Amino acid sequence: MRKKRRVGMADLAVAGSPEILVTIGLGSCVGVALYDNRARIGGLAHIMLPKANGPLVSNPAKFADTALPLLVKKMEQRGALQRRLTAKLAGGAQMFKLERATDTMRIGERNTEAIIEWLTEENIPVLAQDTGGSWGRTVELDTETGEFLVRTIARGEKRY
Amino acid sequence: MNPKWSDMHYDVLKEVGNIGAGNAATALAALLNQQIKMQVPNVAWLPFDEVADRLGGAEEPVAGILLNVESDAPSTILVVFPLQQAYFLLDILFSRPLGQSDTIDEVGASALEEVGNILAGSYLTSLSSFTGLTFVPMVPAIAVDMAGAVLDYVLAEFGQIADQVLLIETEFQALGEDIYSYFFLVPKADALKAIFAALGVDYT
Repeated sequence: MRKKRRVGMADLAVAGSPEILVTIGLGSCVGVALYDNRARIGGLAHIMLPKANGPLVSNPAKFADTALPLLVKKMEQRGALQRRLTAKLAGGAQMFKLERATDTMRIGERNTEAIIEWLTEENIPVLAQDTGGSWGRTVELDTETGEFLVRTIARGEKRY
Repeated sequence: MNPKWSDMHYDVLKEVGNIGAGNAATALAALLNQQIKMQVPNVAWLPFDEVADRLGGAEEPVAGILLNVESDAPSTILVVFPLQQAYFLLDILFSRPLGQSDTIDEVGASALEEVGNILAGSYLTSLSSFTGLTFVPMVPAIAVDMAGAVLDYVLAEFGQIADQVLLIETEFQALGEDIYSYFFLVPKADALKAIFAALGVDYT
């Protein structure tokens, strides 16, 4: 049995081969996996919101624009290089079909947009994206291979 | 936990939960023609990651019914049935032998939304008479999926300003303890201020 480490909601973690990083029950949240194929170091963030609101950020892992730089920094401290990183992401669903689609209700979509925007700016290629829809997802990053597993309740699982 | 709070703040919110849930339990009993037991409400500030643990873990399959509440004390109500409990509930509602349902189709989803509607409506009615505030529940929506995924949309609304969320939680039980559900009243940013002000409790 391989060692698995759980990443909670609004949290992030870095691990080296052969550890597996897991985050469960993503709805509008997005799980972002970064991987350095050479160093075999992976990072996983469970992002809740697109942008931090002002300078008082109590928990940077919660927001796309503060979680991703922090994740890269922590991976580099473990020996990864930003120019070798690739990204895979899943989540960003809209779980409830509510009548008035205000901005807060598109939170999943806005999370995904903010993440893609940041990755594009930082030249980190996105190798897989399993986002949107109205279903929950659990993801696992295998730091030995970089494989990204996406599990659902009613729609089976996919490997990227 | 909010450090500025005294026991009185928690006691007042427990009373809010008690009064609301008492009326909701009566309505549910009439709907199901069953005796309903209700647990003492639990009032707690919880870190986001611990909310799903209340429902048996983030990957536990549940049916969640969400209602936004427009009010001077704007809130969100989330009624959660662990999936097996939702099936039992549908069996009772449609007078089928217990254990027959094994899926939630469109009709079942509407029925569960209506249960959420009835619970929320009766809860808010007594909350209105207790506080003098107006509470108007919006149209309910259902999601059947992992507990974490059902919850995170509700939590995300609080994420911008806090790392914890205040839950006023009540557990209902029917058929002995075979059917249970969780009822969460989650006050939004300024709602707590309005509730405490209405009840004459200092709140800074």
